[in-house]
Amino acid sequence: MPPPLAARNVLHRFGSVIALDDVSIDVPAGRSVALVGESGSGKTTLLRCFNRLVEPQSGEIIVGDKDVRTQPAVLLRRGIGYVQQHGGLLPHWRVLRNVALVPMLQEMPDPTEAALHALELVGLPPSSFAHRFPHELSGGQRQRVALARSIAAQPGVILLDEPFGALDAISRADLQESFDAMRRDLMATTLLVTHDLAEAGRLADEVIVMRAGRVEQKGTMRALITAPATEYVARLIERARAGLEALSL
Amino acid sequence: MKRARVLVLLNLVVAATLSAQSDPTREENRSVVVASKPFGESYLLCEMFAQLLESRGLAVERRPGLGATEIAFGALRTGAIDAYPEYTGTGLIAILHDSLPDSVMADPRAVFGHVAKRFAEQFQVRWLPPLGFQNTYAIAVTRATAGKYHLRTLSDLARESSHLTAGFTADFIGRSDGLVGLSRVYGLRPRAVRPLAPAVKYQALASGAVDVIDGYSTDGLLARYDLVTLVDDRHFFPPYEAAALVTERLQSQMPAAVATLTLLSGRLDEITMRRLNRRVEVDREDVRVVAADELKVLGLVGGAQAVRAAAGQRSGVAGFARYLWDRRVNLAWLTLRHLLLVGLALLAAVIVAVPLGLFLERTRRLAEPTIGVLGVLQTIPSIALLAFMIPLLGVGVTPALVALWLYALYPIARGTYTGVRDADPDAVSAAEALGTTPVQRLLWVRLPLAAPVIMAGVRTAAVITVGAATLAAFIGAGGLGEPIVAGLALADTRMILSGALPAAALALAVDGVLALVERMVAPAHRRHRDSVQERPTG
Repeated sequence: MPPPLAARNVLHRFGSVIALDDVSIDVPAGRSVALVGESGSGKTTLLRCFNRLVEPQSGEIIVGDKDVRTQPAVLLRRGIGYVQQHGGLLPHWRVLRNVALVPMLQEMPDPTEAALHALELVGLPPSSFAHRFPHELSGGQRQRVALARSIAAQPGVILLDEPFGALDAISRADLQESFDAMRRDLMATTLLVTHDLAEAGRLADEVIVMRAGRVEQKGTMRALITAPATEYVARLIERARAGLEALSL
Repeated sequence: MKRARVLVLLNLVVAATLSAQSDPTREENRSVVVASKPFGESYLLCEMFAQLLESRGLAVERRPGLGATEIAFGALRTGAIDAYPEYTGTGLIAILHDSLPDSVMADPRAVFGHVAKRFAEQFQVRWLPPLGFQNTYAIAVTRATAGKYHLRTLSDLARESSHLTAGFTADFIGRSDGLVGLSRVYGLRPRAVRPLAPAVKYQALASGAVDVIDGYSTDGLLARYDLVTLVDDRHFFPPYEAAALVTERLQSQMPAAVATLTLLSGRLDEITMRRLNRRVEVDREDVRVVAADELKVLGLVGGAQAVRAAAGQRSGVAGFARYLWDRRVNLAWLTLRHLLLVGLALLAAVIVAVPLGLFLERTRRLAEPTIGVLGVLQTIPSIALLAFMIPLLGVGVTPALVALWLYALYPIARGTYTGVRDADPDAVSAAEALGTTPVQRLLWVRLPLAAPVIMAGVRTAAVITVGAATLAAFIGAGGLGEPIVAGLALADTRMILSGALPAAALALAVDGVLALVERMVAPAHRRHRDSVQERPTG
C-alpha cells in the first residue's frame, strides 16, 4: 500500500511574501491530486515541502504516517519520484545512466535492470534510446526519460512540477496518456502541480485550487465545475472553457 | 590515496628545487654565488669575478642581471648571493640614504671608508678594496643639443631644462642621487621624463626621441655616439668607486674566495674599463671572452683558461639561426627551467584556486570581494610583484614561484567559481530533488559540467605565467628571461630574441597542450557531440 500525503496548517514566507498561508491538504494513499493555480499561488512551494526542498516555517508535512523531518532529507528524497518542468536530466550522462540514478543511490541490486524496465514503461525502447545523450532526444522524449527516472526505483510517491508544461500540445497529450496508465499500474500516490485545468482533470482524482498561498477549493473536477466555491474558481473554469470553445469554432 | 602520493611527490620536487638554489648554512665546498645588476659593466665585472674564482678551483654559480640596486642588494643581505659589484656613491645614497659634508664627498677614499664602515655595522656586508675606477653618472646630450642650448654644465642644463625631454633609467628617476637630487640641487625640471631601459637610451638619444640621458662615465657608447657629458659644477654626484661587495658569511665560510676577489682590487682603471665596456657594448663581444682576455692581460689567469670565441657576427636570419643553434643546449636548459617554474606555480595555483572557487560558490557573500582581491593582484606589474617578494623571500626560485602562483590564482578561481555556479541549474536541482548528497552533486554534476570553464581559466593562467616567468630572471630565478634580461642590459637584440622567441613558442605550446586537456575533461556529451556529425533531433 503506497503512503498517503498530508499537510497540516503549513505556513511559509519568502522574506515578507507569504507563500503558504495555513494550508492543509490530504492526498489519500494511491490517489492522484492536482494543485492548480496561477504562478505565485504557492502550489510549487507546497509540492516542494513534501521532499523537503522547502522547509516550511510552521505546520506539519506528513508522508505515510511520519513527519518528513523525522528522516534525513537525502533518504526521504530517494523514496519519492520527482519530475520538473525542464526534465533536469544530467546532460553529460547517457539516458540509461540518468534513469539508473535513483536505483543506484538506493543501492538496489541491479540498477541497470530497473532503468531498462522503467524505459520500457514510459515507451522508450532501450535498444534505441538507452545509449543516447539527452541532447539527442526531442523535448517529449526527454520528459519521458525524466518520468522514467522518477519511477525507476518504484517509489510510493511521485511529485510532478509542471511536468509537461514545456511541451507542444501533441507530445503533451501523448505523455499525459502514458503517464496516467503508468501511474495506475504503479499504484503510487501522486501530487501534480499544473496551471492547466484540463490536464488536472485528466490526470487527477481530485483538484485543489490555490490562490495567494491559500486553498481556494478542493474537490473532484465535477464538483468544481458544478459548484465553484468562489468567484475565482468560477472564473478559472470559465477561462479554460473559453479556450476550448475557441477551438471548436 | 593517490592524491596523497601526488602531494608527497610535489613536496619532494619543491624541496629539491629549493635546496638546489642556495643553502645558506651548510657545505664548506659550496659554490660561490656571484651576481650583477642588469647593465653591461656589472655583467662584465660579475663574469671576471666568476672566472677568477674558477681559476682558483672554486665552484661558482652565476646570477647576472638581478633587477636593480634594491633587488641585487636585497639578495646579498638575505644571503641569496655572496658577491656582486657595487659603487660607493650608490651605497651611500641609494642604500644607506646617507649624506656627507661636501668636504668629505670630495674625497673618494673618505667616502669609501665611511660606506665600508656603515655597511659592516648595519648589514654585515663587506666592501673589498676598490677595483680602481670610478663610474659616475654622466648626464649626456648630443653635440647638436649642446651647441643649440649652449650646454656645458648641469647648471646650464637646468636653465634650459623646460625645453628638453629626459630619458632616464627607472633606477635613476627614483634615486635620491638621481633625478630627485638633481631637481633639488640644480632645479632641473625637464619638460617630460621618459623611463628608458638602459639598453635603449643611447639609441633614443641618437634618434632624437629624448634630449638628455643618464649615462655612465665608463660606458662604451658615450664615445661611439660622440656625446657631450655635462660637468657636475655643483659637485652633486658623490664618488662612485667600483668595488666588490661580499657578505661576512662568505668571509667566514670561504676566506679563500674573498682573498681571490681581492686580487682585482686596484687593477682596473677608467681607461681600461671604458675599453672593456666598448668591446661588450659596441663590438658585441661575448662577456666571457672579454673577461677572460682581461684576466689574462692582468696576469691573474693563465692561458689555459681561454674561452672559445663566440660565433662570428654574421647578421640576418641565417646568422640568427646559427646563433640560436650554438646556444641550443643552454636554451634547452633555460626552457626546461622555465617550464618547471610555470608548471610548479600552476600546479600550486590549481591546488589552491579550485577548492577556493568551490568554497566561494558555497559562500557567495565572500565570492566577489575575494575574487576582486585576487584580481587586484593581477594588476600589479610583474616586476613590482617580484620586487615585493625580495624582503620576504630573498631572490631566486622561491619568490618567483610565489609571485607566479599569485598571478595564476585569479583566472583559475574565477573560472571555478563561475563554472560551478552556472552549471546547468536544472540538472543540479533535479539531482538534488532525487536524493543526491552535496558531495555527489559536486563530483557527478557540477564539476564535470564546469570542467570546460575551469580549464579555460587554467589555460589563461598558464599563458600569463609563461609570460610573467620571463621577468623572474630579474630576481635570479633563471628561465628564458635570463637571455632577455642580459640582452636588455647589453643592448643585444639577438640575445633578447633568443629568450623571447622560445618564450612565445612555449606559451603557444602550453596553450595547445592544455587545449587537448580541455577536450579530454569536457563533459561526455560535448565530446560526443564533437565527434558525431549528425545534429540532435527535435
